[in-house]
Amino acid sequence: MGATAPAGGPGRAAGLGVAPARISAKGWGWQHSGRAAKAVHDLDLEIAPGERVLLLGPSGAGKSTLLHALAGVLGVDEDADEFGSLLIDGAPVAESRGRTGLMQQDPDSQVVLSRIGDDVAFGAENLAVPREEIWRRVPAALEAVGLRLPLDHPSSALSGGQKQRLGLAGMLAMRPGLLLLDEPTANLDPAGVVDVRDAVRNSLDETGATLVVVEHRVSVWLDVVDRIVVLAPEAAGEPGGVLLDGPPAAVLAQAAGMLSAAGVWVPGHVPAVRPRTGFPPHDDSTDLLLAAESLAVSRAKGRRRHPAVPAAVVPSVRISAGRALSVTGPNGAGKSTLALTLAGLLPAAGGRLEALEPLARGAGSAPLKWRGRELISRIGTVFQEPEHQFVTGSVREELLFAPRLLGHGEDGVDGLLERLRLAHVAGANPFTLSGGEKRRLSVATVLAASPQVLVLDEPTFGQDANTWAELASLLTELLDAGTAVVSVTHDATFSQVLGGDRLVLGAPAGGAAPVEARDHDGPADRSADPAVAAPPARAAGKAVRR
Amino acid sequence: MSVDILAQPRSRAWLAGANPLAKLGAGLAITLVLLVTIDWASATTALVLECAVLPLAGLGAGMLLRRGWPILFAALVGGYGTALLAPKTGELLLAAGPLVFTTGSVESGVAIALRSLAIALPGVIVLASTDPTDLADALAQKLHLPHRFVLGALAAMRLVGLLVAEWQTLGMARRARGVGGEPGFFSGLKASLGQAMALLVQAIRRASRLAVTMEAKGFGAGPRTWARGSTFSQRDAWVAAAGVVIAATAAVAAVVLGTWNPVLG
Repeated sequence: MGATAPAGGPGRAAGLGVAPARISAKGWGWQHSGRAAKAVHDLDLEIAPGERVLLLGPSGAGKSTLLHALAGVLGVDEDADEFGSLLIDGAPVAESRGRTGLMQQDPDSQVVLSRIGDDVAFGAENLAVPREEIWRRVPAALEAVGLRLPLDHPSSALSGGQKQRLGLAGMLAMRPGLLLLDEPTANLDPAGVVDVRDAVRNSLDETGATLVVVEHRVSVWLDVVDRIVVLAPEAAGEPGGVLLDGPPAAVLAQAAGMLSAAGVWVPGHVPAVRPRTGFPPHDDSTDLLLAAESLAVSRAKGRRRHPAVPAAVVPSVRISAGRALSVTGPNGAGKSTLALTLAGLLPAAGGRLEALEPLARGAGSAPLKWRGRELISRIGTVFQEPEHQFVTGSVREELLFAPRLLGHGEDGVDGLLERLRLAHVAGANPFTLSGGEKRRLSVATVLAASPQVLVLDEPTFGQDANTWAELASLLTELLDAGTAVVSVTHDATFSQVLGGDRLVLGAPAGGAAPVEARDHDGPADRSADPAVAAPPARAAGKAVRR
Repeated sequence: MSVDILAQPRSRAWLAGANPLAKLGAGLAITLVLLVTIDWASATTALVLECAVLPLAGLGAGMLLRRGWPILFAALVGGYGTALLAPKTGELLLAAGPLVFTTGSVESGVAIALRSLAIALPGVIVLASTDPTDLADALAQKLHLPHRFVLGALAAMRLVGLLVAEWQTLGMARRARGVGGEPGFFSGLKASLGQAMALLVQAIRRASRLAVTMEAKGFGAGPRTWARGSTFSQRDAWVAAAGVVIAATAAVAAVVLGTWNPVLG
């Protein structure tokens, strides 16, 4: 494409104001090569300048495809068929470079350059904005997203939420008339979600730009958007295109049930979860599996003269059969590091971690020293990023991997496939699955080894309501069957459903993080829990970032 | 927490303020002379003068050892190997079975070791005092290399730092699946190869997401401006002159001392 990008409209020189973009889709459709169904089919949609639209729909409805098409990044290296017309301000999207800004889900791939000032300037440079003008825009953009840091601050030192805001600042410096956000908060902790949402709202208030956002969690964007559009996938008997369209309150009132069923997080609806039935006795000495005293954890390898600075120090952790432990706390408090250490994947930086005989079963008391096959039948760990744990080429092979390693039969595999709704993709490559399917598969692969202790790192991040409910139901079932479940999570509802103990790690200020353990077992405690548990985590997160 | 090898704090050394192209040019001049001749006099002269420049690059002896020990090690090994294999001229110094050293062979070994160091040191100095972003700016603006290529490489290099953390995470994630941890060299090798493949897959996926980000920010769509200008100044003239002076002094020293020993000829 040789044309110079039109860098902004009439409002370009004055402040941050831009000419908001108009979107017009007429019979628009998109079909990836080699796919039977169209990603988007026969879409008719008009979005007026300055409108703020939340795009909903079940997985496969083509929300991301539409966003990528509007951003002009579809069809560069793909053979694909396009139908109908998709116009921005009356011009084809290919001629609208610089009119749109796109934010993706993964914060790390949001950043292009190593220093935040350079990164914000990058988009404006590509639009051939004069140098003096760029350096007027950069500080203003950083201010608008609330990143008050020096221009040479390293972008790698930012948290996920800060990286997303940095990406937003880079867009603002391009003066786009249309902001496109593709699940921008799916990988963020609750504090990061609020920061990104507020930064987007602030930017829109300043620029007046049009917004299209795709997100499972409606409540995050409910106060920002003035219109909800629900897309339907093209399926047998279903035409695809726009299913519902209107003001948020009207759409939610009309279709809350349908949206919930499609996995959308509708405000006020908590998905139904299989409740726990059995509660183990409080005296857990008989079922104790794993015990730690004054455990210091760190990812860095300590040397004799420079011992590693621990990410957290925990006075005591006791993990018992049939009991859940939720590890919570602000970003950087060492939650994941603690989980990895408990799971026998990281050496402890100090203190004592011991596997007791009911778990060790002759393999020794140090989980770190266990061989691979000894580890998986004792402690199973589900990582935050499912892709990190895929080791074979198909879903079925993934599930067979652990039983083969352990010399077990292959009988349980079909049951797991059915149980986690993966039977229809049994032959598929794990990397081609949807986000929810990947999460379910990563849990299933670990369960295939029937571990006594299950460790999960942010299992509910970015999940739609259906996968969330399936996951929670599966875990309550495992707990009742006597598995110990340790989950690192920001999700207060999730840890409330699992019950059990809670370990709150403190701010990452000093080496020794303050820790409080709260017992909230049993139905009586549970009713009071959200009020007690949720606010402190939020407050701690705030305090850290100041 | 990821490590970004490109985002080290900007060096405050005098040389860091020079244009990367001037530094590269100076290094090239020295390297060319040392490539032409193998002798101890030119190598020693260049090495001594290069060491005199070190403070301008903000490199102390400790830092130099920490960063440059592999080069030092390689130079010593190379020198030893040369002393062992070079023609045995001059007086016999040591003969222990197959190990035979003479004054001539040791002299060749010393020359090779010093020459390796003298060729490598400018590279260390340029790397230590040059910000990768500045280098990319200079290559694209002054040398007029295609900016798509230069900035693409710069963005990709930033991801290399992320790979270090990713490798560690992958190792743990795969152990949690039961991969590795078995005794034996071949099972260990197999596990490492699998992990390397997984790292490659992750690198490619992240790179393609980054490419989408860059494209969405209008990258490669036509003429662009540069927020950071790459300029030449008085300082760059000094740097280039210093490179030429060091190269010339080394050549003159070799000729005057009669050790000039051209590679071709």
